[in-house]
Amino acid sequence: MTLILDYDAGNLGSVKRACAEVGLDAEFSSDPEALQHAERIIFPGVGAAGSAMRSLAARGLGPALRQAIAQGTPVLGICLGMQVSLEHSEENDTQTLGLIGGRVRRFQLNRPDLKIPHMGWNEVRVVQPHPVLAGIEPGDEFYFVHGYYPEPAAAEHVLAVTDYEGDFACALGKDNYVGTQFHPEKSGRVGLRLFENFAKWDGQWQPAGGADAK
Amino acid sequence: MLSKRVVACLDVRDGHLAKSVKFVNTQNIGDPVEKAREYYLDGLDELVFYDITASSDKRNIMLDVVESVASQVFIPLSVGGGIRSVADATDLRLAGAEKINVNSAAVARPDLINECSEAVGDQNIVLSMDVRRVAANAEQPSGFEIVINGGRTPTGRDALAWALEGENRGAGELVVNSIDADGTRDGYDIELTAMIAEAVRIPVIASGGAGLPEHLHQVLTQGKADAALVASMVHYGDYRVSGLKQYLHDQGLKIRMSW
Repeated sequence: MTLILDYDAGNLGSVKRACAEVGLDAEFSSDPEALQHAERIIFPGVGAAGSAMRSLAARGLGPALRQAIAQGTPVLGICLGMQVSLEHSEENDTQTLGLIGGRVRRFQLNRPDLKIPHMGWNEVRVVQPHPVLAGIEPGDEFYFVHGYYPEPAAAEHVLAVTDYEGDFACALGKDNYVGTQFHPEKSGRVGLRLFENFAKWDGQWQPAGGADAK
Repeated sequence: MLSKRVVACLDVRDGHLAKSVKFVNTQNIGDPVEKAREYYLDGLDELVFYDITASSDKRNIMLDVVESVASQVFIPLSVGGGIRSVADATDLRLAGAEKINVNSAAVARPDLINECSEAVGDQNIVLSMDVRRVAANAEQPSGFEIVINGGRTPTGRDALAWALEGENRGAGELVVNSIDADGTRDGYDIELTAMIAEAVRIPVIASGGAGLPEHLHQVLTQGKADAALVASMVHYGDYRVSGLKQYLHDQGLKIRMSW
């Protein structure tokens, strides 16, 4: 069973509907115990880093998630669910889970015509092959809505980049954890493909070495 | 860079698709769920449902429509029409709407924008404004006035001032709908769209008047819009979403071309 982590982080129905569309049987859960037995975990989220971390802490989900990852359970973080996998977020100056080294920063843009949040469709360029990103072709676009972006400390954790006045990391990976800044559940067929890939992924991945990002 | 978006708007009345001409006559043109799926498969970037149901006892039909569309259409889904409270917004979000459009009720009680943006996130609150041209005067210095109730009731509010107020109150996006252009297929109101897009720092969706592919190009370039909303020109089969996107791409705009 795939569990969709439910921690009051906004509307999670669209993630469940996308799973259903690709035949991935998924249920919501906020039970730390259940995470230990999950086959896969999806960690979604919209909203702010501060309140998300408080909700996770109140339910004891941080340690449970860490343990599931240590066990090798494949985990997919989406948007805020990905951002809190780093060590710190500038949003509400929040200490986050620290599954991946690095921080989350607010966009600081010079061009007056570029808006924050970065909202809409933008190209995702894969810089390191990963089973969950298989089938993403040059020119494929995904749907984004965010004002903060991840800045992992090590380039080996950057799987894909997107340009918004410079490249930022839009997909991260470490061992059996993979996270996206974009919303695959709102990104049409290429987004659904990502859920299909995740449904089949055994959690194995090694960095290829050499990636380029801001 | 972000792509310019092509957005299709489906007016839904009592669960059926309707299209207004100058906001007065509405014709029934089919099943909204089927139409939504068709556009999604043809490369649509975003879908807007506008509930024009007159009686409140039929409002729940809209939730069913949203729910069945959300389970078949995996692009952002925006819903408006008759949203008066945070509870209305939350119900629609749970049914599967990504973005919530507020319009007349926000004009009557602007705090609705703040309340909804706090409840569901400012990026998910769209201020939809219906605008008509007026002679510029002390009350409406921009020469554009906000109207409500489907364009029937003038409010005395200046459109530019209202757009800025909406942004300050937490709207994450604006739909700027010209009721003079709506349904005419003569082109968007470029002056109106550019005036507002240049004044705010949130994305602007231009609405009202699209009839030819050139109109979309014009509003996305001269009009400075981030997205162009279409209705009649695709609903009646004159143009396909994919054809419009191909045209805009061929004109050199950044458009999502694989789906």
